Amino acid sequence: MDARTSTTAEATNHREAIISVHDIVVGFGDRVILNHLDLDVYRGEILGFVGTSGGGKSVLTRTILGLVPKQSGTVEVFGQNLDDLSERERSALERRWGVLFQQGALFSSLTVKQNIQFPLRENLHLSQRLLDEIAYTKIEMVGLKYDVAEKLPSELSGGMIKRAALARSLALDPEILFLDEPTSGLDPIGAGEFDELIRTLQQTLGLTVFMVTHDLDSLHTVCDRIAALADGKVIAQGTIEDMMAQQHPWLRAYFHGTRARAVQSGRR
Amino acid sequence: MPHASLISVHSQDDRLTVAGRGAWTSEYADELEQAVDNTAHTYAHPKGVEIDLSAVERMDTFGALLFERLKRSWKGTGVEPQVKGLAPRYKVLIEEMGRMGQEQPPPARRHEAILERFGHETVNVAADAAALLNFVGASVAAMGRVLLRPRSFRFTAMVNQLDRVGLRAVPIIILITFLIGCILAQQGIFNFRRFGADIYVVDMVGVLVLRELGVLIVAIMIAGRSGSAYTAELGSMRMREEVDALRVMGFDPVEVLVVPRLLALIIALPLLTFIGSMSSLLGAGLVSWGYGGITPDVFLDRLKGAIDMDQFNVGMIKAPFMAATIGIVACLEGLRVGGSAESLGAHTTASVVKAIFLVIVMDGVFAMFFAAIDM
Repeated sequence: MDARTSTTAEATNHREAIISVHDIVVGFGDRVILNHLDLDVYRGEILGFVGTSGGGKSVLTRTILGLVPKQSGTVEVFGQNLDDLSERERSALERRWGVLFQQGALFSSLTVKQNIQFPLRENLHLSQRLLDEIAYTKIEMVGLKYDVAEKLPSELSGGMIKRAALARSLALDPEILFLDEPTSGLDPIGAGEFDELIRTLQQTLGLTVFMVTHDLDSLHTVCDRIAALADGKVIAQGTIEDMMAQQHPWLRAYFHGTRARAVQSGRR
Repeated sequence: MPHASLISVHSQDDRLTVAGRGAWTSEYADELEQAVDNTAHTYAHPKGVEIDLSAVERMDTFGALLFERLKRSWKGTGVEPQVKGLAPRYKVLIEEMGRMGQEQPPPARRHEAILERFGHETVNVAADAAALLNFVGASVAAMGRVLLRPRSFRFTAMVNQLDRVGLRAVPIIILITFLIGCILAQQGIFNFRRFGADIYVVDMVGVLVLRELGVLIVAIMIAGRSGSAYTAELGSMRMREEVDALRVMGFDPVEVLVVPRLLALIIALPLLTFIGSMSSLLGAGLVSWGYGGITPDVFLDRLKGAIDMDQFNVGMIKAPFMAATIGIVACLEGLRVGGSAESLGAHTTASVVKAIFLVIVMDGVFAMFFAAIDM
């Protein structure tokens, strides 16, 4: 079983690309959304992905996850081309990534505990005691109290839903975590705590995080690297300082606009 | 020892050396759990414990959690295990696990027992009836306001609904009622023939279709087709707070959402009933001709004698009342949907079941009424 041994050499190659998107074209009807796009995500980093509204950030995420069909190009995850995988290999691979959807996407008829245990029950044969312990550990890891375990998603606040959904996406201890606008809809304190949480989890569990976000604070505080999408391509990638130095008009407006200045002045 | 691959224990003078090995990850969590529990059970009261993790290749939350369980089982007996050989990258994870599990888990969500549910349901029936009456009142009041201020009536919305519940229902209504007409005629002829009374099939079909079956079949179809759609639409609008949005903008949701839908049904159902009844008679006529040898002119002649305007009116008068019942039940159930997908499903089911039940009850009441006034 190579899936079990392939991750042992992780520390040796620091810049190993864990997700590699090459020459991707995605469109709906006549509209081309992603136009020959290339992007690498390296193991152990938190990549912030920014772009115009409706510019295809979510489309790229959904293409990597296989929810949107692509017209050409390749997506490699853990060095495996997703198109070449058999159904079994594919589902083995899908157990190694976790996804936090924008609205949480918790199953509304299951309690939070059942939501977290859902992927565990499907994939592993664990005793009820261990299932419960795992669920409570995940709940505690994302900073929730134990009593949310028996609540239904409709009984939770927006921030709690995000945290519970994060707990579910972490259920199988994934190596890659996809976050779709994790801090949208949270108050600044909640958003700050959530950023902090993602940083802590990333360090504790050694995660690679692919984060679609609009939150300038998140970009400044937690992202190791930022990639910017415009006109269907990645127009720039690098650290926040690299992005600030870019001359592209959209990037200048994004990183030097009034809100960006406010974030920076707050930092000094 | 079956689980030697993950944990091996060396015991000397009541001092234990526990060596972990391999991958302590989710894939092996079931084996690891058994190994951990076995070890803790077999060596319950050691004098000292040393846990060596240097041969553990990989570890995740599952492994760390079970390691913590092993440690705590000995800590409970007063022995502090010494840990060595832990890879630095797992240090944070292990420390994190050490802090966890201080809280008490909440009691499990209770499921109602049968008797308890029976009690609740019984109480709910009364509450349902009150809610329905309440909603009838709210609808009538909203319609009254619309009558007073005709400009506030949402004519476009009603025409849109009329298109969806009326026009687009025509093909399926024609098909179903046509088939029902055919079956009635065939069964009638088959059974009446034994008494040489085939011709009476025309009387039977005429009266049955115009008085009862036409309107009943159409009402049941519409309850399933449009009533469920109303409930699902309003229910998902409630889930996404669209109904609350209307309310805070100063609109009455009943006036904006319910009145156009209700009026559309009240207009559409009599029209569909008429179309359905005609289609049924056509089906009966064709079967009578092909299967019973009753030619169309004989059929029509006989039909003229068998039915009068009263038979037709009885069916048509019932239609708008059934429409109002279906509409009110469907909209009420829609506006009672809670936050979950399950609730939406439950209310849509309830909407269709209640609407059909009430339509049939209403048909019975009408039958007694018409009998009393000799119609």
